[in-house]
Amino acid sequence: MSLDIAHIRRDFPVLQREVRPGVPLVYLDSTATSQKPLAVIQAMDNFYRLSNANIHRGVHALAEEATALYEEARQKVARFINAPMSRQIIFTRNTTESINLVAYSWARANLQSGDLVILTEMEHHSNLVPWHVLAAERGVRLEFVPVTEAGLLDLEACKTLLSQSPKLVSFTHMSNVLGTITPAEEIIRLAHQAGALTLVDGAQSVPHLPVDVQALDVDFLAFSAHKMLGPTGIGVLYGKEKLLESMPPFLGGGDMIKEVKLRYFRPNDLPHKFEAGTPAIAEAVGLGAAVDYLTEAGMSAVRAHEQEIIAYALERLEEIPGLHLLGPSADKKGGVAAFTLDGVHPHDVAQILDMSGIAVRAGHHCAQPLHEKFGIPASTRASFYIYNTLQEVDKLVEGIYKVKKIFG
Amino acid sequence: MDDLYREIIIERYKSPQFRGRLDPHDIQFEDDNPLCGDHIEVTLRVGEDKRVTEAAFTGKGCAISQASADLLMEAVIGKTLDEIKQLNKDFLLDLLGIELGPVRLKCALLSLKVLKAGVYGLGEASDDLVE
Repeated sequence: MSLDIAHIRRDFPVLQREVRPGVPLVYLDSTATSQKPLAVIQAMDNFYRLSNANIHRGVHALAEEATALYEEARQKVARFINAPMSRQIIFTRNTTESINLVAYSWARANLQSGDLVILTEMEHHSNLVPWHVLAAERGVRLEFVPVTEAGLLDLEACKTLLSQSPKLVSFTHMSNVLGTITPAEEIIRLAHQAGALTLVDGAQSVPHLPVDVQALDVDFLAFSAHKMLGPTGIGVLYGKEKLLESMPPFLGGGDMIKEVKLRYFRPNDLPHKFEAGTPAIAEAVGLGAAVDYLTEAGMSAVRAHEQEIIAYALERLEEIPGLHLLGPSADKKGGVAAFTLDGVHPHDVAQILDMSGIAVRAGHHCAQPLHEKFGIPASTRASFYIYNTLQEVDKLVEGIYKVKKIFG
Repeated sequence: MDDLYREIIIERYKSPQFRGRLDPHDIQFEDDNPLCGDHIEVTLRVGEDKRVTEAAFTGKGCAISQASADLLMEAVIGKTLDEIKQLNKDFLLDLLGIELGPVRLKCALLSLKVLKAGVYGLGEASDDLVE
């Protein structure tokens, strides 16, 4: 079933605004952060208006209600990615913190000097720097699956790396620059055969594709609420139960303990063991509402809509002389179109597009090594989501012609 | 807003008049804007009277950063090193003749930062130089 985009657009208050008088917003920056539907905004507003209290252990009515709402959000997220149990859903601040949780808790308990962690050349800084820190601290070895000219992972090279007995393979499910959807199921299967665990950076895949952690058989999955119609400030780490059980706590403090004596503590059960301190409660409720919204739309329909848009966008963009697209063909990627334009710096492209109300991103998109690989300092990136239209692609193309005109 | 890309900026970006590297030189400094990968190198020749006789820049980056560097090189020829130390943000914005938001301001100010760090003989360029 295809989505009624006009109807969907009405659910997003910010899409109704003009950037400047007479200039409507064309929001093509959802890879950085998505816009929020009224349902999410209202869920958070209602929480603060009606149910606000700190969660767990409170016995008063509001505390019970807030706890129920928070835990209900966890259950919604578990169902959304088909996690066997909601206790496998750890709320963090964002994808970055989820990856750091694995790097600090699991990796520091399990990796020794010389152990190998495999990453890829298309990782976001959030799946590079935690491992750089670990490598410097522990002497853990890092190797990288190369990216081909076409913007795909080199699976043959991956297999060669896997023959070196890695302990962990940590990789993105969808590149935030190239848009490449990686063959996660196959990589996970190969990694397991090689005796390694797997961590998937789902920051771009969970918002845009049906993701089933049991079908993938992934050990850890990290993602953020704010890229999937939810609020900033809350993210998720999914983990296999046995692994999470065996891991030491990450941050220490309230709620992550069973008991505390002056000189020691006993950690709490899952998921609370990894949720020290008062969490982002209203944000969890907002995430729950975002999951409801996406579930109702249907993730297969979201994916189909984005495939239509990206196919059209690539076709139109390819026609523009001097424009060079990054990444693979439309069938192998999500709704991300990053490009360079001969003779014009991405900052200038983005600035001139902004004059027409078109919001795109310019820079290295937190993937500096990937840009170096392609020999460019930066790129301009337009990205699409559930609320974008083919007409907005046309406006983007018009805007790029305006850039070319100004730069003659 | 369209003023941001007024003719002089596009013209200086496409056909800079002070692009190059002076060899030999008396002062050289280079730095990046890590946000966008813009890079500027400035080389100066200085006369006996501590006045700049020649100035040139190399680099890559957006129209704002490159045009601003070109205009700045032109403006500093004939100035003494002490005068250059006094140059600030407003001086550069007057040269460009545009108003800029905080993000693009960094693009515009990179060349001034590099120039002043070189003139002061500093090891690194700090944002304080262009406040």
